[in-house]
Amino acid sequence: MMDSIKLHYDVPGDDFTRAGAASGDVKRNLKTLGISPSVIRNVSIAMYEGEINMVIHAGGGVIDVEITENEIIMTLADKGPGIENIELAMREGYSTAPDNIRSLGFGAGMGLPNIKKYTDEFSIDTKVGEGTTLNLKVYIQ
Amino acid sequence: MKIKDIVEILGAEVICCEDLLDTDVERAFGSDMMSEVLAFVNEQSVLLTGLVNPQVIRTAEMIDMPCIIFVRGKRPDLKMIEMAEDRDMVILCSELSMFTACGKLYAEGLRGGMSE
Repeated sequence: MMDSIKLHYDVPGDDFTRAGAASGDVKRNLKTLGISPSVIRNVSIAMYEGEINMVIHAGGGVIDVEITENEIIMTLADKGPGIENIELAMREGYSTAPDNIRSLGFGAGMGLPNIKKYTDEFSIDTKVGEGTTLNLKVYIQ
Repeated sequence: MKIKDIVEILGAEVICCEDLLDTDVERAFGSDMMSEVLAFVNEQSVLLTGLVNPQVIRTAEMIDMPCIIFVRGKRPDLKMIEMAEDRDMVILCSELSMFTACGKLYAEGLRGGMSE
């Protein structure tokens, strides 16, 4: 049985052009480990949407990834404004992103629904004024 | 279809990774919203877009897209070209509109990259 691999990333909140760098690095690591392409794709998309969310809404944050024999665990934590209404935020098409974000190709209200769609386990801890943590798992079949 | 066929059909300009023009592609997806690309593209597809920023390259990277076609005469900057080269991603530029570019490729046999 392999030891788990842990990766840690600080996501800067002031540079939209760099958003996705952490997800790209995780993707390359998973490829090196010989993880199946469909699992890599699910992890990459979910983490990338989360990373984009951190930059758009929360001024950045930290991402921890643990790769075990059976699953990939992602924890995305920010100290942003928190989510006031999770039910609304989970609805496809609902977005609080400003217009300038839409002109960059995001902010269509697909972020959280996409993250849920591509993960096997999904939970949100959020408190208004304190921040949001996403706990995600993708199983390795 | 190979990427080099796309170059011919669209009269497109090859911006980088010319050595990968023999790559086979079967499907394509056209959108300026990257979240939609992430949500709906189910197979390794070519991306047609009129959006120009580094997140287009990152989005394509996450789903292993082998080729990005910028339509409406949009052109990537040097940084985006470097990112695409690092990821072995062919970039093409076409003066055609999204509708016309998609139509021409569909007529020649390329199909939608979304489960329909």
